[in-house]
This record gives sequence, C-alpha cells and structure tokens, in this order.
Amino acid sequence: MVRIEGLRFRYGEGDFHLDIPELQVEDGDTTAFIGPSGSGKTTLLNLIAGIIRPETGRVETRGVEVSSLPDADRRRFRITTVGLVFQEFELLEYLSVLDNILLPYRLHSALSLDSEVRERARSLAERVGIADKLDRHPRRLSQGERQRVAVCRAVLTDPPLLLTDEPTGNLDPVNRERVLDILFDYVRESRTTLVSVTHDHEILSRFGRVVDFRDFHSTGVAEVSPGDEEGGGA
Amino acid sequence: MDTLYLAWRYLRFHRIKTAILVAAITLIVFLPIGLRVLVDQSSRQLTARAEATPLVVSAKGSPTELTLNTLYFSSDVPARTTYRAASEIQETGLAPAIPMYVRFRVRDQPIVGTTLEYFSFRGLELAQGRQMTVLGEAVLGSRAAERLGVGPGDHVISSPESVFDIAGVYPLRMPVVGVLNFSDSADDDAVFVDVKTAWVIEGLGHGHQDLSQPEAAAGVLRRDGNVVVGNAAVMQFNEITPDNIDSFHFHGDLSGFPLTAVVAMPPDQRSSALLQGRYQDSELSQIVDPSEVMDELLDTILAVEKFVIAGAVTVGLATLATAFLVFALSLRLRRRERETLFKIGGSRAAIGTVMTSEIVAVLTAGVLLALLLTFLTQTYGDVIIRALIR
Repeated sequence: MVRIEGLRFRYGEGDFHLDIPELQVEDGDTTAFIGPSGSGKTTLLNLIAGIIRPETGRVETRGVEVSSLPDADRRRFRITTVGLVFQEFELLEYLSVLDNILLPYRLHSALSLDSEVRERARSLAERVGIADKLDRHPRRLSQGERQRVAVCRAVLTDPPLLLTDEPTGNLDPVNRERVLDILFDYVRESRTTLVSVTHDHEILSRFGRVVDFRDFHSTGVAEVSPGDEEGGGA
Repeated sequence: MDTLYLAWRYLRFHRIKTAILVAAITLIVFLPIGLRVLVDQSSRQLTARAEATPLVVSAKGSPTELTLNTLYFSSDVPARTTYRAASEIQETGLAPAIPMYVRFRVRDQPIVGTTLEYFSFRGLELAQGRQMTVLGEAVLGSRAAERLGVGPGDHVISSPESVFDIAGVYPLRMPVVGVLNFSDSADDDAVFVDVKTAWVIEGLGHGHQDLSQPEAAAGVLRRDGNVVVGNAAVMQFNEITPDNIDSFHFHGDLSGFPLTAVVAMPPDQRSSALLQGRYQDSELSQIVDPSEVMDELLDTILAVEKFVIAGAVTVGLATLATAFLVFALSLRLRRRERETLFKIGGSRAAIGTVMTSEIVAVLTAGVLLALLLTFLTQTYGDVIIRALIR
C-alpha cells in the first residue's frame, strides 16, 4: 500500500533531516508514528501524502510513485486517495458544518458534488452525532464536535488511505475516545489504511503497528524498518 | 461554480468588512466621475437658462448677483435701477423690455414683479385659473402653489423682510388667480405679481379710507382748502379688493420706481450689439449678457472642480492603498486556510479563486455600484442641481 525506499528529506539548510531506507505499510493496516517533537513524524505524513517531495528516494502509494508526480497530479492524488485529519481540525470558519464536510468536492474537478455525496455527508454526520448541527459554523461547536466534522470531511471521499496528525491532541478523554471509536470503526468497516501521528501513548493499543521514531534517532537519523517498528514505542 | 460558492460564503460571513470595502471602492470610483457629471450637467443647465435670456439691464453692480437674481430669483437683491430704464429700452425700438422686480417673498417663495410679457417670454402656461388682470392678484408657479398649499381662490401674504422691519415692507394679502404648469425651472417656485403690486408691497403705492367721507373724519389731521391731511388713525388697506381698488394710488413718478432688472430681447445680433453699445460708457447702468456671466461663473466652478477632483483623487488613492492593505492582511490571515486547502488537495485554480475572490468581488461590486450611482446622477442630476441652484 505505502512503500518507501531510500528516502531522504531535509528542510532547506537546517539541521533537520529524515532518512528512511525502507518502510512499508500494508493495505488495511493501522499504524501509529510516535516519537519526540521534531523527529520527522509529520514530515513523513506529508511525504506520503505528496504534500512535500523527498530529496531522494521513492514514496509509492497504491502503486503510484507520488514523489515523482508533478504538483497538479499530486493534488489530484491527495483529493482522491488520501483523507487528512489535523490536530487543529483546520475547519473553515465561514462555512457551515455541512459545507465543511463537503469541502473536498468543491476544491477539485476530479470530484463531483451531487445529491448522493450530500446524502453521504448527512449520513456520516448522523453517524458521528452532529446531524443536528449541520447549519452551524465551527465556532459554535465544541472541540470534540469540530474534530468529528474534520473526520467526516476526511472520509467523505471514501479514501483508501487515511492520514491523521495528532487527531486527539486537543481533545478531552471522553471526546478522544469517541473520535477514535469513529475513526477505527470506519477504518475497520471500509478496510481503509490508517497512518496516524500521535504523542498519546494511551491510545497506542488501538493500533496494529507502532513505529517509534525515537529508537532511530540515536544515530541522528530516523532509520525505520518493519522489524524495528513492531511494538517499538509501546 | 463550487469555488464561487466558497467565495460567496466567505464574503457573506465577513459581510461588514465586505460592505465597508465595497463602499470605499464605490466612493473612490464614483467621487471624481460623479462630480464631473454633476458639473457638466449644472453647466448645461446654467447655460441653457442664461442663453434663453438675451440681455439684462440694471444699475451698476455685480453682474453675477444681477444674473442670479433675474434668472433664478436668488435672495441677493442687486443694485436697483428704475422703471425708466425699461421705458428707455422700449423707446430705442431695439428690443422689447420686460421689467423685473425680485425683492420680496411669500415665506420662502420669491415674489416676481413683472408684466404679462414675461409669461410668453418664458413660455409659461396656466394649469389652473386665469392670468392676473388687476393690481394685487398673484399667479403662482406649480411648486410655489404646492409648497404654500394654495390654489386659485386662496390668498398669499407677502412676508416682512425682517422681524424688526415694523415700518418697512407692506404685508399685502393677494388673491391667487392662477397656477402655472410645471416648467422644471426657477419659475416653478415664484409668486408672480404685476410689477405695480410689488411696488405696493414696498409701500410706494397704497390704498386707504377716503378722507372726504364722513366716516373717515377721525383720520383727518387738518383741511387746507381742497387738501386734506390725514393722521396716523387713517386705516390703510392690506388687501386690494374690487371695493377698495380705486383708492390705491402711487405717490411720485412711476418712472422713478425701482426695478431689480430689465430683460431686453433684441430680435437680432445687430440690435443686440447696438443696445449693448448704448450702455458701454454708462456710469450708472450696466447691460449684461447672462451667457457670458454664466460662462465666467462656470470657469470659476471648473477651476474649483479641479481642486475638488484633485482632492477626491488623493483621498481615493489613500483609500485604495488602505483597501489593498486590508486585502493583503486578509490574504496573510488566510495563509493557514490556504495551506489546509492545499494539503487536502485543492487545485491551484480553485484555491486561487477562493483566495482572490474577496478582492475581485469587492472591486467588481464597488465599480458596479459606482457605475450605478453615476447612471443615477446622470438621470436625476438635473433635479438635484435645480434644487441646489433654486
């Protein structure tokens, strides 16, 4: 599903660099990236999504070498193949809950907004308990409700790959569990691949695999291999 | 369409900011253009009535004051000439002359003392009633009748020039005998009376009890042969009626009675030139061509207009700079939103549309509103200008 080979990335002339000789995430896997801040977890998510490109190496998702695609194709790839959930939710304040959920369909011609999609958005909202708040704007929602809207937005396109960056980082324990239940129920039912960055070790038991970036920084680089990842950070 | 929907939602959510920006852009565009349109229209209007008034004669004084008083019945009364001036013009045979005495008011409406020739000169026609035929009768312009709330059969009373003017202007009660058609000119605001009626208002003519009659004995100060001298108890009439009209009389030589202007209407260029030549060296009188006076006035207005437009443009540029600063800050504030849309996978065109929609929509709405205002100014500017210069 996700295959990384000989990846090397650095931000400008800074000290930070990320080296991953090889990493593979299989279809339907639920994988958590853990490790200290600045170890490259979010960077790796961005590389997998094609938001940024590596200096060298390959990032291949579902048979597509994302790292070699031009910008327009990487955008098309993201909007059709990847669902993204952010720690700060990143909802648009000027859109209603329903319009926020439908947002991907208004951003690219690869997706077509029709009544079926609208019905699916309503159905998702009902499933996560925000069906009665579809006309509200995000500022009139609780933190937990906002993240549920963000999850609905990420899964509306039915993406085969779901990337979440600290999805429960801003939530209280009750909302954290609820959002995770929603995410994992969805992933299980739709056999979606989930890759999540988290600092919250209490939720690691929910993931099938955990990759601890800390283990690979003793040499100054994050060298990740499937064998090392298993249960590394638990 | 989907991105335009997002743009619309953004503008709607930030509607107060959007409205302020649109208003600013509208003013920036409209002020210089609208001002230009208004000045052009006022130029045309001022010139049109001036061109329809060939020559105006009066005592030496301000030609502008004279022209504005004669054409628009402004309250600034020019230096007075006499009725003799009108007679002299008639006697030259170079031009028919219409006397004008525009000094008094009925509340805010000017009383225009003139002759019946004025109505045909301006092409004014009656909508109701009849023309004035005897001393003391008034014919009203349509707006004057409306504002005073009177029509044929009602009365109007001349107003004192000052509340302290106890012994001054005669408060004459005048029957309204006719109302003119709307002419869309200064004539609509006027209360027209015969010039002699205006003199009665001034106190140059009056009517009172016949002192030879026994019932007026209390008003007799002394009798000296056929001469009867009245005292302060003599009752003066403040309305001219069929019963007392014969008692109205003028003291002195009518030719020496005041006029504010005489409108002369030479039939051709030659007569006009000859008539103007007669006043060229006069120390007491002047003859003015209202068109020339208006042209000079317009030159002054145009000079002022340039400063006003320069000011408007300067303010406009400053406002424009502020507007673009607001746009720039807005784009900066939306950087995170832009990043989110990019990460989700929004196309470059879609994100560009969403981000620039605010600027494009505000500029478009501002320019369209300015064009609408300009159109309205062109359509209704005449009415505004007439209201301003009345």
